[in-house]
This record gives sequence, structure tokens and C-alpha cells, in this order.
Amino acid sequence: MSNWLNFIAAAVAASAPLLFGTLGEILTEKSGNLNLGVEGMMFMGGVAGIAGSYCYELAAGSGYNGWISALVAVICAFGAGMFGALLYSVLTVSLRVNQNVAGLALTIFGTGFGNFFGEVLGNAAGGFVSVGERTKAVFNGVTGLDGPGKLLFSYNFMVYLGLVLAVVLAWFLNSSRKGLNLRSVGESPATADAAGINVTRYKYLATCLGGGICGLGGMYIVMATQGGTWVHNCINGKGWIAVALVIFATWSPLRALVGSLVFGGLSVMRFYFPFGGNIYAPIYDIAPYIATVLVLIAVSIRQRRESQPPNSLGLAYFREER
Amino acid sequence: MEQTYAIQLEEITKTFGEVVANDKVSLSLARGEILALLGENGSGKTTLMNMLSGIYFPDSGRIFVNGQEVTIRAPKDAFDLHIGMIHQHFKLVDILTAAENIILGLDGGRLNRRTVAEEIRTISEKYGFDIDPNQKIYEMSVSQKQTVEIVKVLYRGADILILDEPTAVLTPQETDKLFAVLRNMKADGKAIIIITHKLHEVMAISDQVAVLRKGKYIGTVSTAETSPQQLTEMMVGRAVTLDIDRPLVEHQTPRLAVQDLTCVNGEGVTTLDHVSFTAMGGEILGIAGVAGSGQKELLEAIAGLQKGTGHILYHPPHPDQPVAGQHVPVNPQGEELLGKSPRQIRDIGVSLAFVPEDRLGMGLVAGMDLVDNMLLKSYQEGRGPMVDRKTPRKLAEQLIEALEIVTPGVSTPVRRLSGGNVQKVLVGREIASNPTVLMTAYPVRGLDINSSYTIYHLLNEQKKLGVAVILVGEDLDVLLELCDRILVLCGGAVSGIVDGRTTTKEEVGLLMTHVPGGKEEA
Amino acid sequence: MREPKTANHREPLVRIAKRSDISQGKAWLIRAVAILLALLTGGLIILALGHNPIAVYKEMITSSLGKPRGIRETVKKAVPLLGCALAIAPAFRMKFWNIGAEGQILAGGIAASYFALFWYDKLPGPVLLLVMALAGLVVGGIWGLIPAFFKAKWGTNETLFTLMLNYIVLGIVRFLQAGPWGPGLNPTSAYPKIPMFDDAARLPQVFGVHIGWIVVLLLTAVMFWYLNYTKHGYEIAVVGESVNTAQYAGMRVPQIIVRTMLLSGAISGFVGFLQVAGASYTLTESTAGGIGFTAITVAWLAKLNPFVMILIALFLGVLEKGADTIQTVYQIPASAAEMLTGLILFFMLGCEFFIQYRLLFRRKGARHE
Repeated sequence: MSNWLNFIAAAVAASAPLLFGTLGEILTEKSGNLNLGVEGMMFMGGVAGIAGSYCYELAAGSGYNGWISALVAVICAFGAGMFGALLYSVLTVSLRVNQNVAGLALTIFGTGFGNFFGEVLGNAAGGFVSVGERTKAVFNGVTGLDGPGKLLFSYNFMVYLGLVLAVVLAWFLNSSRKGLNLRSVGESPATADAAGINVTRYKYLATCLGGGICGLGGMYIVMATQGGTWVHNCINGKGWIAVALVIFATWSPLRALVGSLVFGGLSVMRFYFPFGGNIYAPIYDIAPYIATVLVLIAVSIRQRRESQPPNSLGLAYFREER
Repeated sequence: MEQTYAIQLEEITKTFGEVVANDKVSLSLARGEILALLGENGSGKTTLMNMLSGIYFPDSGRIFVNGQEVTIRAPKDAFDLHIGMIHQHFKLVDILTAAENIILGLDGGRLNRRTVAEEIRTISEKYGFDIDPNQKIYEMSVSQKQTVEIVKVLYRGADILILDEPTAVLTPQETDKLFAVLRNMKADGKAIIIITHKLHEVMAISDQVAVLRKGKYIGTVSTAETSPQQLTEMMVGRAVTLDIDRPLVEHQTPRLAVQDLTCVNGEGVTTLDHVSFTAMGGEILGIAGVAGSGQKELLEAIAGLQKGTGHILYHPPHPDQPVAGQHVPVNPQGEELLGKSPRQIRDIGVSLAFVPEDRLGMGLVAGMDLVDNMLLKSYQEGRGPMVDRKTPRKLAEQLIEALEIVTPGVSTPVRRLSGGNVQKVLVGREIASNPTVLMTAYPVRGLDINSSYTIYHLLNEQKKLGVAVILVGEDLDVLLELCDRILVLCGGAVSGIVDGRTTTKEEVGLLMTHVPGGKEEA
Repeated sequence: MREPKTANHREPLVRIAKRSDISQGKAWLIRAVAILLALLTGGLIILALGHNPIAVYKEMITSSLGKPRGIRETVKKAVPLLGCALAIAPAFRMKFWNIGAEGQILAGGIAASYFALFWYDKLPGPVLLLVMALAGLVVGGIWGLIPAFFKAKWGTNETLFTLMLNYIVLGIVRFLQAGPWGPGLNPTSAYPKIPMFDDAARLPQVFGVHIGWIVVLLLTAVMFWYLNYTKHGYEIAVVGESVNTAQYAGMRVPQIIVRTMLLSGAISGFVGFLQVAGASYTLTESTAGGIGFTAITVAWLAKLNPFVMILIALFLGVLEKGADTIQTVYQIPASAAEMLTGLILFFMLGCEFFIQYRLLFRRKGARHE
């Protein structure tokens, strides 16, 4: 029984980065931008987060505060994710570059950016970079709980932040005027434009905020999953799973909660239900990817009207085009 | 005292690359007045109005609203000036409700759907609209969508309304209803501009007529003091006869027998409902109907692009002659086309020509040049893995010469050609395949009068050669003058087949919305 | 009477208009400026790390193009990039976003490695290499075919599908390395590692680089011919422009999609064979090493023109070789190559806009009175 409990708790923790990536990409795609650079933005957010914490700790000396350090990480990660998304927006919205290619370019750039600065930081720190114990403690959440308490209250603040974000995003998209405007931009930018909505501004804002949220997911991987150290190539495809989860969740933030939990569970399953020893670990590791493929196929076969992507997804909009 | 106009344009100029869409256009409009903006397709009417609604920005010239000079940079500015435009291609979000579309882009904090619905009802009652605020757009008919568009601009407090070809998609009866609403608004003191190229509508509704020709402003006349003939001359630049030829081919043989054809689309909606008719070689069979009544599906089913049940039986013109060098055994009942792919249809020796509605998205490849577009239906010919571009190049050169296609050369992507020339390329290619059945959907949409008459002439030529011509049209006036028979579709079913020489517009209009003895269409 | 709120608005500061035409010279000038700006941005980063950018760039160029050994290294890096870009070209021409070349390389590599590891003493040398190449082609092709089948049948999103397949095949490589082909075949190694191939399973060299480079150059010409002068190439182009048009013209679209991806995957798989039999003489997790992704940028920057791909692949080869060198000389992480590639890509992609459009700035005194 406690194995199951531990498994679910671990699944929730593992789902958080996927949730951030998915929510960020949902917000982005609702504006009609298909940003395939989630992986890159997570790399950028991840390295910026740890760099922020590390620099703060250096500056504050031995009296540093773990919570401030965590806050700095959040801000830096969000900013770095936004910066990546800004590059993407300039290319696709203003310069009308093909969205697929721009997203891939962002992934290449972001991966290089993350690994490059991760190593530069490591070199500067003498080998590898790692944050202080108090910062790590914040990202460890509450330890020592058991039973339902563990299930509900043992996580770090980012998990709860993700939950709140999902609910807020769902409300925003369905029940606010701005959310309505954003959806119309993604569905039919010409219509939104004719209705007096500033299409460019909405696209930029949604994509950049979405990128910031993706950046938080990367930061979570570095600070929580990897325990506050930079590991080369640490994002390792999580960003791409997030892109796939958007389809799985059919662009609904609340369904993204379920989706990321399932995929988080798949990714930690082998620690709780092992078989066959270590050599099968790689086979276990590919379970989330196989699941993603199955989801993609299932979604494409079902073809329901409600589960269709925003109508103008992937297309550039130019008012005076003819 | 000089009169203050609601709208005044002074020497507006707009260019797209090398194309001058508007060349120093000036016009003015008072309150309580309806101005018809008249011009051929491509004369720059929509471009001019798009500059009033903030979609385009003029290269030069000045705009005055209520006597004040203004700059309209975006649709938002236009709303603030109380200018509202109803576009020809509706600007509505399909998956949202009417109410959501109407309040789109407006400020006002929280979204209170109930209050909005109330306000919409108030406006609807004032002008006599019938609208359900909570209905999704994708569930609406074309005229309902148009109503939403009009309510949308009124909700925003527009008192200057611009309607771009509002009647193009309406039945004659719906047009009358719309005109009644417009007269209500005029009485209410609103200024209205209606873009059109239909002369009788201009005469019926407008107070003033402003005419554009090839981007140039020709002049404004008072409707009461002009005639359709004078307006046509202003529009085209010379006297033209508006009559369309309708030669009678004496020897007609059945060519295509459609029996009980039923199609269901991917969403489970029945698009064609037990359709039966026979198209004759040597006639033009017109197909009329409200947009989306199954016209597209019908042509695509014949072309082998739709699945369905029933029969499409083809009767060759000369059953005893070998086709394409091969002697194909002929089924006396006719060759079944339904269930065959376009390639299989071609392989059994049936020469079908199809000019689809979506010219650049289906009939042609927009990014390819004329040669590669000629290649589209013949690329498989010849042995070996290579394509032969010599024959299509010759064909392209011939077409340019024969149809007076204006293009820099055969290596120009068709996307860069004007609408009329694109259509000539497409129709030219299809006719060059010596078809026995020629299907065209909206062949003159977007074309100027000259190009339109070229197309009518080409269709008549084919008819005289004994080809079965099937023509899906939207302009009833043209269908009534060109077609030998008119088949009317309503909600995917045939509501009547009438003789083009004796029927009236009213009769066809009624058939478009009612299946006699059947269910009524919304 | 209401006063219009916007009466004082001025013309927008910048407007965009389509260029009617631009000379080739000017277009290339814009592209050159873009690369220069990208290198400048990279230079700023180098400067921020406390190095002299000019010296670093110079080191990158001399180390990769200065000496025969450097050139050989550069060509070695460019060959798989070019090969893989050629593989991607037909798929991208069809607008099938195959970003699974990485996995297709590995799939081909696994198949080739199987024969190298288990059949090296049973087959004569040339036959063994031929069988390995064939295995790479077939298995790479199958790996490319899977997503194509689902795309053709149900329209399944190919971008994500091909991408997920990358991670799946990578997991298989890790599994082989951790178990059956690692300690199973190579019990003496200190850590799990697939053994090196027998000499019989190694590609011969010409001018110091495995003969793959000749094959890939030949393939470039063939691909150019295939895309531009064959019926298949024409079908691919039409499907890429518009599936509707293709169906209208009677093309069997699903068949074309499957066929083209089979080809694309097969060439990638062949690149995998070149990697294991010509470069590393074994199979590792980094056999593909990002080639599949970088090749996408090669293909795209070349506008899918195979001959231009040669230049771009060489250019990126110089970047990568140079980055390896500066890692040892300046302790600048080799990931700099990746970041710099991304930067160059950003600028190159962005500059196309300025080739197609021009900006109109607000004229002075545009408002009269």
C-alpha cells in the first residue's frame, strides 16, 4: 500500500515539469503559434534558474535565504523562457518565418544555450554547479509526512503553483473577455483583427508568457528533479512530451493536469514496480514516449470537433496579404 | 453653408507591389443616405472600403469623418469613429456563439453572457432581426451569419455601415428582407455604403452611385437620374451588350445519369440526399442553390473525390469508337463512376474536365509555374521515371496566345497572376483535354466583365461540340441567361429541375429554400 | 455631436510592403549580413567569457580548414550532415515534417551493427559491408515508414510522432548497450559498451576519409535529379503544395507519403551505417549525436536544393570542428557550436523577410496642415 502511495507522490512530483511545459504551450497555441521550441525554452529556463540561485547565494554569502533563492530561480527561469519565446515571436509573428522551423531553431539554440552556460557555470564553480542546502530544502518540499498527508502536502511550492496556474488558465480562456479575444486570435486572426483586437500584441504576449511558464518547467527539472545541480542534457525530451501532452489534453488546461500526471507516473514507474534488473531500465524509460505515440494515434483516429487544434495554428497572419 | 458629410475621401491611393488598386479616389456620403459603390471585380471597391475599416492603410490621400480629418490605422480606430464593415467573407469565429462573436475585442472586464444576450435582443427587436445569441456560428446558415455580422457592428454603435457584396450569398427573398432592414437603418439616420456589381440591386436600394473602374474613380451619379445602361458604360468604359448567348443544340444525348446519389461527410452530416438527374451532351445544366447546399459535393462525387451510395453512370458519346487507342467495352447501362478514383475514371477512358471552386487550392498549384500546372493531369504519360515538360510547355504557350493570358512568361508561378488569368489557365487546361463532361464551379467569380464573357463563350463552344456542361453558379441572372436547364439544390436534395428559357428568378429563388412537399430549410 | 477619439492619430511608424522583385546579388548580400550579425552576436558572448572573439574565430577556421588533418575532420563531420539533409529534403518538400532523422539514423545504425557484430566472420569483407549498408537502408526506411503510414491513414501528427520515435530507438540502443550487446559481448570492458567492429566491418578510406563522402556526393546529384526531373519528384512537390490538388489530379496521396518517407528514412538509415562503419566503428548513444536535427537546418537553409546543402553542411562542419578545438584550447564548452548554429539559423531565417518585404517608414511631413 505504501508503495502505491509513494508511487503516486513521486508521480505528482514528476508531473510538475510536464504540467508547466504543457500549460505554457497551451497558452501559446491558443494564440495560433505552434512553438516547437518548448524543449529549448525549458533548457533556457533551467540553466537560468540555477544560475540565478547560484549567483544570489554567492552574493548573499552564508546568510542566504532558501526561499529568496527559490524566488530568484523562478524569476530568472521565467525571464529566460520568455526571452526564448520572444525570439520565436519576432521570427514568426513579425518576420513571418515558418513556425515549425523557427521552433526547431529555438530548440537547437536553447539546448546549446542551456548546456553551454551550464558548463560555463560549472567551470566557474570548479567542476559542477550546485545550489546550497537551504535552497535544495525548499525544492524538496515537506519531508517526513506519511499517509494522506504525504499525498496532499509533501510537495514543493512549484507543484501547488502549477495546480493554481492550470485552474487560472482554464478560467481565463473560458470565462474572461481577454481569454475570448485570445481564442479568436488563434481561431481566425483576420476576424479578431477586424473586431479591433491587436493580433500582434496578443500573439506576442501569449507566446512570451507561455514561454515563461515553459521555462519554469525546465527550472523544476534542474532544481527539484536533479536536486539543484546542472546535469548535461538534463531536459532530455521532456519539452517534447509537453508538446505532445497539449494534444493529449486537447488544449484544455484541466485535462493537462490529468495528462501530465499519467506521464509523470510512467516516468517513475520503474522505481516502484521494477522487473528484470538494471538492464531493462532503458526499456522502462521509453514508456512515456510510446504512450505519447499511442495518444497521438488515438486522437487522430477519433477526430472530434471539440478536440481540434485552434484553426489558424501554425499559420502566419499578415493583414495586408493578398 | 457647406454640407458636413458622414464620410469624405480625398484622392486616396493604394498600391500592392506594382499593382495600383486605388488611384486618387474621392467620394462622399451624407447621413440618411445609401451609396452604392459600383465597379467590376478587381476595380478596387473592397480595397477602398478596407481603408475605411482599418484593414489597409492608404499610401496617400485623406479621409474625413463628420468633417474632421482622421487617420485609421487599425479596425479599432474605425470602431471608435463608429464605422462598421460587414465583409463579404464573414469575419466570424466558427466555434464561438453569436454573442461571443458580437462582443469580440470589446473592453469591459468580466464576461457576463446574460447581459450581453439581453443587449443583443434589444438591438434585434429594434431593426427586426431574428437571432439566437447562444447559437454557435458553425450551426448557422449563411444569412444568419450575415445577421450576426450586422448586429455585431450595430452593437459597437456604428452609424456608418459598409456592406461588401451582401447579397452574393442570399436568395432573392433574403435579399428583399435585407434591403428592408437597410431602409430601416437609413430612416434611423445611418449612412450606408453597399458594395456591389449587380445593377438591378443598385437601382433598387441606393440613393447615389459611385463608380470605380480599374482603381480609378469615374464619378458619382444620383440613382434617380441614371439607367443601368449608363452605369454599365461607366463601369466598363464603353457600351456593352449585356446579353449572353444561348445557342440551342438540337442533338442531345444522355451523358451522365446520376441516380439516387447520397453522400455523408466526415462529421456524419448528409451532404447529398438521394440526388437524381441526367446531364445531356450538348446542354449547359446549371446548378443553383444557397451556398453549401451540396454543390461542391455533387461535383466532387462525379469527379471521383467523394464516396457515396447510388449510381453515377457515364454514357460515352460514341460508344462504338475506341477511346485513347483502346477499345473499351461499353456497358449499355453506362459505366459506373461512383467508387472510382479520378485516376481510375481516366483509365477507363472517361474524359472529365473539372474546374473546382477553389482554383488555387485544388485546381492549380499556386506556387508552381504555368508549365508545371499544365503537367498536373498529364504527368504520368510517357514511359520511364522522368516527366516530360516539353508538351505542357507548348500547351502553356498556346493557351497564353489563344486566351490572351497576361503573364510575364510560362515560368511565372500562377499565384502571381490576376484572378481572371488564373481562371483562364485552369479552364484552358481543362478544355484542352477534349472532355466529354465539363464541370465548372463559380467559373466567373472574381472576374471582370470581359473575362467573364470569355468564359461564357468557352462554355458555349464546348456545349456546341456536344460536351455535357455542368455549371454551378451563384448569380441567378447569369444562370437564367446561359443555362438550358437549371437544377436547384436545397439542403443536399434536388428541389426542382426547371427550363432555363422559361423559368423566373422568383421560381428558382423559392426552390432554393423549399423542397416542394418536403421539409423547410432554415 | 460625438468627437471622434482618434482624430489626432498619425500614420503608423513603420509599414510593410511586399517587394516586387529583388536582384540575386542584393538577396545574397542580405544573407551575408545576417551571417555576419550572427557571428557578431556569438562574438559578444565569447567576449563576455573573457576571450578575444577574433582570435577564437580564427582558431576555429584554421583548425578546421588550415591543415589536411583538420580538413579531414571537417569533412567527416559534414558527410553525415549532408547525407541526412538529403534524406530530409524529399520529406520536407512534401511538407512532411520529419524530425525523426535522428532516430532513423540510429535504427539504421543498429541494423548495420548487428551484422558487424555477429556476421563479421561469416561473410567476406565487401559482402559484409554491402549487407550492413542494405540493413541500414531497410531498417531506417521502416523506421521512417511507421509515422508515414499513420499520417497517410489518419492524418496523425508526424512532427511529434517522428520525434517520439527518436527517443524510443535511443532507449533501444541504451538497452542493447546495457545488456545483450554490451556486457554480453564485451565482458572485459570496465563499463557497459558495445565492442569495436572487426576490421572487415570498417569502411575503406579515400584521401583519409571513409568512402562515404563519395557516395554522399553522388547521392546529392541523384537527389537533385529525383526532386526536379522525375514523376515522383513532381508528385512530392504537388502533395507538398496542396493535398487537395494532388487528389484532384488523381494522385494516390497516401501511397506517395509512405513511399517518400520510406526513401527519407532509408537514406537516414544509410547515414547511420556510415556513422558506425566509417566514423566510430561501433554503436553508441551518440551515433546520431544531433545530426538529425542539425541536418534539418542544413536542408532548410539550402531551401531544399541538394547542391547548396553541400556548402551549408561544410559550413556547419567547420563550426563543429572549430568548436571541438576551442574547447581544448580555450575551455569554451563545445555546446557553443550548437548555440552558434541556433543563432545563425535565427538570423538566416529572419533575413528572408527582408528579402521578400521592404519596410516603409513614416514620411516626414506626411500630415499636411
